Amino acid sequence: MRPRRRAGWAPVMFLAPFGLLFALFFLLPIGYAIYESFLKVHVSGLGLGPGTSTTVFAGLANYGQVFSDSSFLQGVSRVLLFAVVQIPVMLLLATILALLLDSVAARFKRFFRLAFFLPYGIPGVIAAILWSFLYLPGLSPVVAALHGSGFGTVNFLGTNSVLWSIANIVTWEYTGYNMLIIYAGLQAIPADLYEAARLDGASEWRVATRIKLPLVTSSLVLTAVFSIIGTLQLFSEPQVLRAITDNISSSYTPNLLAYTQAFTANNPNYAAAIAVVLAIGTFILSFGFLRLVQRRGAAV
Amino acid sequence: MAAVNAVVRPRSFPSARERGSAGVTKGGILATAFMFVCAVYFLLPAWWLIVSSTKGPSTLYASEGFWFSQLHLMSNLTGLFSYDGGIYWHWLINTLLYAGAGALCATLLASAAGYALAKYEFGGRQLIFSVILGGVLVPGTALALPLYLLMSKVSLTNTYWSVFLPSIVSPFGVYLARVYAAAAIPDELIEAARIDGASEGKIFRVVALRIMSPALVTMFLFQFVAIWNNFFLPLVMLSNTRLYPVTLGLYTWNNQYGQAPQLVSYVIIGSLISVIPLVVAFLSLQRFWRSGLTAGSVRL
Repeated sequence: MRPRRRAGWAPVMFLAPFGLLFALFFLLPIGYAIYESFLKVHVSGLGLGPGTSTTVFAGLANYGQVFSDSSFLQGVSRVLLFAVVQIPVMLLLATILALLLDSVAARFKRFFRLAFFLPYGIPGVIAAILWSFLYLPGLSPVVAALHGSGFGTVNFLGTNSVLWSIANIVTWEYTGYNMLIIYAGLQAIPADLYEAARLDGASEWRVATRIKLPLVTSSLVLTAVFSIIGTLQLFSEPQVLRAITDNISSSYTPNLLAYTQAFTANNPNYAAAIAVVLAIGTFILSFGFLRLVQRRGAAV
Repeated sequence: MAAVNAVVRPRSFPSARERGSAGVTKGGILATAFMFVCAVYFLLPAWWLIVSSTKGPSTLYASEGFWFSQLHLMSNLTGLFSYDGGIYWHWLINTLLYAGAGALCATLLASAAGYALAKYEFGGRQLIFSVILGGVLVPGTALALPLYLLMSKVSLTNTYWSVFLPSIVSPFGVYLARVYAAAAIPDELIEAARIDGASEGKIFRVVALRIMSPALVTMFLFQFVAIWNNFFLPLVMLSNTRLYPVTLGLYTWNNQYGQAPQLVSYVIIGSLISVIPLVVAFLSLQRFWRSGLTAGSVRL
């Protein structure tokens, strides 16, 4: 039973500090981004000197530009391709590792769990720097080893291969984290649920696929949604790799494009429109995904 | 409830014993072999980082990458800590302030808000919670750009506060705190404290915070990593290198090889030094991770 007495001012006092900061640093920027995205800087003449540029209401002009900007559309299709390949690979690997750690057969579980989880303790930027050394010909022992074993000179930084080199960095960083979410879900299943099945002679494989997996669907959905959000925001890894390759343009991902527009092209209104489109797109995709799995009858 | 169960309830003993006695089977060997291969994948880059941080400028390129050669650890260390007037110290301390102090503030704010949402009845409670929950799905990079524009209006960009203040707002923390408080703090306890004449503030400090302490550790860890991983926010906000967190500092060094080749060694050993404390904290506090992750996935 919840206390039915009138709460008075107490909940307001508890909520106010967080609420104020949430309004200032979450709601206000969102509102401001939307506002900015409807404005445009109108430049008269050559745009030199003060007073030659004025900010005017532009309606949906910035949004029109976003959807007809080929570099934006290329960036979007690039991250979507990335998401379609990298997320399933990573989540499959994470699920297999979680199931193995939870199974009776495996050994040295504690060591393995720590080993898989370790990369998550390394921040994304540093992970990307670290891998950039391992991709760099001349410095990388991986390139050298592949060359030595007859694979020729593998170029991790080529026009097409660099996207998958980024995918490898992301997979390396987050597989262990996702594994731990799924593993936590597995550990929360009461053991008697599948011990009965084992007594009936069900194989470890059947126990895993028929009993364990359906029960951790909500964990899998959580990891998928977080991965979708993360992938669409892809920024640090390509930004770091730009230092060692020319094959990552300044508009390689939508976020890189927004960053370039805001700070190099000095076009914050357009950058705001990109950020808004990206945020809405992320919302639609993650909610769409949730809807999809919910309709399929998953216990979310 | 499931969230709390996972924190409090240890695995049942019969199951654990059964696991221990499982014989060496063919499946077991295969599973262990697969996990071993994966462990090599996850650990090898970290191993390369350790090995390379002991090498001098010449052997870094010339020797076998995965093994030691000519120890230069001390000269690398002194070089790292003295370069550019010892700026690496600044970066370490800044990181501790941004991530450590930031996560602490975020945890306190979120726990009070989560407690209020869980334990008081008031109008608009569900709406407030939904809005905050929506905040979990808003990508940080979408906020950073408008935040920069807003901060520059009040001349706060390129200050410590421009990174610190947005970092102490953790909607996910509120969510975890609410879920945990709702399940773990008995209403009768709050009622009893009220009858004893305790003020609402005192009940929160003495009763609620104590019961919520496992969740507080989890919230702290999550926010610590979120701040420490947030590269975009300091990148857009800061131009004074003395205010940089270590990730941004190493990123800038990583882009300056052309001018100063010795920076390669400093980036390598600097990355290693910066991740050691975190990785250790991470791996030793793993059980708090799991409990938080369970809470996250069970209620999504």
